[in-house]
Amino acid sequence: MSPPELLERRAVISGVGQSAVGRRLGRSDLDLTVDACLQAVADAGLTRDDIDGLATFPGAGVGTGGFAGPSSPEVQDALRLKLTWHDGGLEGPGQLRAVFAACLAVAAGLARHVLVYRTVTESSAQGAGHRPGIGGGGRGVPRMAGFLQWTIPYGAVSAANWLAWIAQRRMFEFGLTRQQLAQIALNARKNAARNPKAIYRDPMSMEDYLAARMITTPLCLYDCDAPCDGSTAVVVSHADYAPDTPRPALHVNAIGTAIQGRPSWDQFDDMTTFSARDAAASMWARTDLRPTDVQVAELYDGFSILTMVWLEELGLCPRGESGPFVEGGGRIALDGALPLNTSGGQLSAGRLHGFGMLHEACVQLRGDGGDRQVAGPPEVAAVAAGGGPIAGCKLLTPGAP
Amino acid sequence: MSGPDLARGPSIRVLPRLDATNSFFWTSGQDGRLRFLRCGACHRLVHPPAPRCSYCLHDALAPDVVSGHATLHSFTVNHQQWIPGSDPYVIGLVTIAEQDDVRLTTNVVDCDADHLRVGMALEVVFEQAEDVWLPLFRPRPEAR
Repeated sequence: MSPPELLERRAVISGVGQSAVGRRLGRSDLDLTVDACLQAVADAGLTRDDIDGLATFPGAGVGTGGFAGPSSPEVQDALRLKLTWHDGGLEGPGQLRAVFAACLAVAAGLARHVLVYRTVTESSAQGAGHRPGIGGGGRGVPRMAGFLQWTIPYGAVSAANWLAWIAQRRMFEFGLTRQQLAQIALNARKNAARNPKAIYRDPMSMEDYLAARMITTPLCLYDCDAPCDGSTAVVVSHADYAPDTPRPALHVNAIGTAIQGRPSWDQFDDMTTFSARDAAASMWARTDLRPTDVQVAELYDGFSILTMVWLEELGLCPRGESGPFVEGGGRIALDGALPLNTSGGQLSAGRLHGFGMLHEACVQLRGDGGDRQVAGPPEVAAVAAGGGPIAGCKLLTPGAP
Repeated sequence: MSGPDLARGPSIRVLPRLDATNSFFWTSGQDGRLRFLRCGACHRLVHPPAPRCSYCLHDALAPDVVSGHATLHSFTVNHQQWIPGSDPYVIGLVTIAEQDDVRLTTNVVDCDADHLRVGMALEVVFEQAEDVWLPLFRPRPEAR
């Protein structure tokens, strides 16, 4: 069998856009989405008449308040797009699935310029109330079917609970400590101070971290990301458009989409990790780049422990050693050997749900990072999103592969 | 009795919806015993319940009693009031004694937070709620 044709390499990110990001902005999800989309289209040197594809994660009607964002039909109609391809959905290799689908659509000639967006209004939706878990609403909640029947009766109502198991298991197998885990949150906060759009920009110390209230041991408040309102959009174009973009296009070098273990939060074969293991392996099988080539890493931090696992599974540090790797924080700082979550991640910049990581990778590769720009600019960025049985990753480069 | 510092679970038990596939599991505790589907061909346990054996794809699956013994694979003490009025409780992930790739999410009860250890030996104890018998786990006598 001949090696697979790497069709994702026929795709580039030609434009990026992001709406205002904040807490309780009081604007509709569609309003924020249109802002992000129009910015991305203009950034790509296009007009809406050029857009012939549209994709989103996860599509309407999914999850708790403010999670889903507007449906792709709503956005199509708001912008009166004439599409040759469209897509939206929850199932697949994590939040980036919509971007992966767009890459393959342009490679297949189904569309030339695909607008891809992810919008959250979780901060507004939650208002003054606390953050609910999945199905954790109390009165009037119907009985549970499917996967949730196995967890919710026990009050395991949030991914925080399910991922706390991974952190605890890592403490047992690898000797992970809370002080090591803290470095993900402290690093994010330090970087957020240089990101004007970040939700939390005040300095945070180790003492602050250790004094924070527990959510679900060993994860405390600062191990959990910050709900926000905001929309991120990118334009995925065919690579032959790259020479014509007003700003540098970012080339898709490889995508990682595999899941080999059982697709379950509690039955996965190795509870020190999750399907990041498989997604990362499948990505490295599609490229000649090596983990040592990665110069900036934007690794999903819906919970701090996820970033630790991504670091290892992407081969950016040895397996089981992400704790010592991040200790002291110097290695992952903006001026360190592997700058990590340079905009403040979801922990401090806000839970833009994977697309914030993608956006920041593009910012850094273009050298647009301003106060938080890492040296170079970097030549290779690793972007990873997701946790549990939904995980995907990709490598982006400013030049063609 | 739970440990002095922990509740047995959330303040409100949101229950599973019983159907033809899962009823045997959720009502198994009626006689104090835990059951899983076992394959008549390869004899492995299949969980969650599936129409065929997920290992050998044989279709002869039937509920079978297991010892109720398990090992604590991981755990978390939940403090967040996802469900209002809940005191801290332990969410355990346990591996059943008969087959190391079959796990249950559960509450670990009758155990202080300080005594929780990955690898500790547990046994099932059921809590009835309406028509459901939830399998919870407590330390086995030698682990108490």
